[in-house]
Amino acid sequence: MATKLPKTDIVLVGVGWVGGIIAAELTKKGYKVVGIERGKERSTEDYFMAHDELRYADRKEMMQDLSKETLTFRHNTTQRALPYREWGSFLIGEGTGGSGEHWNGQTFRFLPYDFEIYSETVKRYGKGKIPKGMMLQDWGITYKELEPYFDKFDAMTGIGGEPNPLPGSPQVKYPNPPMLETPVTALFKSATKDLGYHPYHMPSNNLTQPYTNPDGIARSACQYCGFCERFGCEYGAKASPVVTVLPVAKETGNFEVRPHCVVRKVLHTNGKATGVLYVDTRTGEEFIQEADVVVVSAYQMNNIKLLLNSQLGRPYDPVTGTGVIGRNYAYQTYLGTAVGFFDKDFNMYAGAGALGAQIDDFNGDFFDHTDLDFLHGATIHITQLGDRPIANNHVPPNVPSWGKEFKDASVQNANRALIIKAQGASLPWQDNYIDQDPTYKDAFGDPLLRMTFNWKDQDRQLMKFMGEKCAEIMKQMGAKEVKMTGDEIGDYDIRNYQSTHNTGGVIMGADPETSALNSYLQMWDCENVFVPGASAFAQNSGYNPTNTVGALAYRAAEGIEKYLKTGGSLV
Amino acid sequence: MTEKPKNYSRRDFLKTTGIATGALIGGGLIGGLVGLNVDKDDQHVSDTGNTNHEMGTNGGFQFFQNQREFNVISNATERIFPKDDIGPGAIDLGVPYFIDRQLAGQYGSNTKEYMQGPFAVGAKTQGYQSRLTRASIFRQGIAVLDEEANKRFEKGFSSIEAEQMDEILTAFQNDEIPMTGVTSAFFFRLLRTATLEGAYADPMYGGNRNMDGWKMKEFPGHQMSYINVIDKEKFQKIAPQPLGGM
Repeated sequence: MATKLPKTDIVLVGVGWVGGIIAAELTKKGYKVVGIERGKERSTEDYFMAHDELRYADRKEMMQDLSKETLTFRHNTTQRALPYREWGSFLIGEGTGGSGEHWNGQTFRFLPYDFEIYSETVKRYGKGKIPKGMMLQDWGITYKELEPYFDKFDAMTGIGGEPNPLPGSPQVKYPNPPMLETPVTALFKSATKDLGYHPYHMPSNNLTQPYTNPDGIARSACQYCGFCERFGCEYGAKASPVVTVLPVAKETGNFEVRPHCVVRKVLHTNGKATGVLYVDTRTGEEFIQEADVVVVSAYQMNNIKLLLNSQLGRPYDPVTGTGVIGRNYAYQTYLGTAVGFFDKDFNMYAGAGALGAQIDDFNGDFFDHTDLDFLHGATIHITQLGDRPIANNHVPPNVPSWGKEFKDASVQNANRALIIKAQGASLPWQDNYIDQDPTYKDAFGDPLLRMTFNWKDQDRQLMKFMGEKCAEIMKQMGAKEVKMTGDEIGDYDIRNYQSTHNTGGVIMGADPETSALNSYLQMWDCENVFVPGASAFAQNSGYNPTNTVGALAYRAAEGIEKYLKTGGSLV
Repeated sequence: MTEKPKNYSRRDFLKTTGIATGALIGGGLIGGLVGLNVDKDDQHVSDTGNTNHEMGTNGGFQFFQNQREFNVISNATERIFPKDDIGPGAIDLGVPYFIDRQLAGQYGSNTKEYMQGPFAVGAKTQGYQSRLTRASIFRQGIAVLDEEANKRFEKGFSSIEAEQMDEILTAFQNDEIPMTGVTSAFFFRLLRTATLEGAYADPMYGGNRNMDGWKMKEFPGHQMSYINVIDKEKFQKIAPQPLGGM
């Protein structure tokens, strides 16, 4: 029998960026918040041994233990879904801070176009432009409405950046200057300018100077040590929940984190949640934490899993395209790239997670799609993250993947290979979705999620177009040899790392028929459950998701406070 | 690295003495003696001539059961990452020892992977679907490398010529060799990745001896800051530093 614990105001399922922001905002206002976290409690001190590529990048030190729980995957409904047994295409973090600890810090706002993608597409090209099966829909909120929440996230984390020079793009004033210009970013900028594009420095959440945020949290500047993605920052220079929102929430005395505890179900009766059922994984003991508001704030997929397992919201049916939980799963269309081989050495071992330059000329609807066979686009960037030696073994075309020729070429090009990548938008399709797997179970016997996903012609055409743009820029940069990818994309391959930007499944919108959440991230079907996070995205853009996740979390925090005062549906 | 007169490599030595076949003289005892002879009695026999190499050859095995298994992995990884004029290969970098340690630990026993059934063969793009752990896959892979060498050349894998090893490894890579519960292409992928990991991981894991993998790539390893380097036009050479200090 589960032990019932005293009721709290708000219970969080997961303590990452979303949980941390909501905890900070509401504990400051005097509300009691309990955060249930499946992993350990992390601190900056845990990262003193983080410059270890094998342990962190290859053995996935900071990621969820897949032996306890994973998902299954198939390309379509006729294929047998099989478990994602080892980490590959995406990496989900665990422990306080969640994936917000091991991220790179590239921090972009989604475009006004993203939030109204259906209306904008119909307005400019007509309904006929949207191919059959593509589930474009507006988010039920506009960029303008989200702007103050973006501003809050930017100030809290201390983003360093410069205005995007592209005409028509939102002009953001960042609290800190951009990262340093390097020979690599300068070369990219000069080449893209020559081609008539609009390069700028990528907005960065690796602090560019010492900064004290509005909560009084002071942090030091990034040292460009080259260990960001998949690592924790030993300086606390990379913005993460552990060094920003979590200490603020703790300081109030109103926040309690329960690490090593996994929530199995949101408990509810008559359209209202009463709390959550969780297990302390150290003892196996079950607890019920009652609360006035339940915030589902885990990773995108775990949010879907929890709702399906709790029988909350109507599960999505891919045959009819009806139902909402599991709908509009999208990813990141990120395989259009160009590797350039140069005659000179760059300091590629050095870098930071968000050190880079990019152009947005081919993202969103900044370019005319009338004669193109895809919608949306990609941002095209060059980054200098710190080329780690196990992961980076670039060889020119026609060099084999092992043996003397491979060794010599990969060693010789260790500091001579640059990569331009196109981070493409991923649009929703009726048959790309998430549901419960009928066969495989997690450590508690609950069904695993089942992902049904594949690239569409939309993605293939986008990646080919963008790969060619990447190659064009790389040639302009003076590479003596260029290797392009994106023109031969087959099925989605879950083995190779691509991006931890999984989105959708519990999307927001203006209509309860086609969305699970209203514009406050409040469930239409259960008024005291809020589900902020990338799971709320109606599609994925050509940008990293964290900034938009952060803005939605601030929006939800405001909604939760309103709800605690007035009750009922907020829209 | 200090200059040493060109002698024969450790593998050549093992081959000419006939010890590497393992079929003639089995057991780690002899293997240990070989290491002692090579490195202690005659420094010139070793191409690297550094003390790490000496320690490594007498390091004992946590996973491999005998010298024959170790030699097969040594030779296979050396073909993937061979010694040449730009620097040491897998054997001199300690890659076989690195793999031995990895297979004996969490990596080898798949403690962080989802290993629940039912198991089924899926599309390649669905990833790892074997019920075998990585340790079991390596053990079987080593045995099949030897079997295949015997089938084609009537000698164990460690006794055939370099080109013959390449022929067999290519057949593994192209998924032409039957294995049980796993494909040869999958094993090859694991082997190739583990070889690169061993060449370039922090030296505390037993590979990347003397940080020679990093030195080849001019990778400085663990450094606290590059803030004074990052914007420099000229390439900045920095002496590498391991996590443990040296």
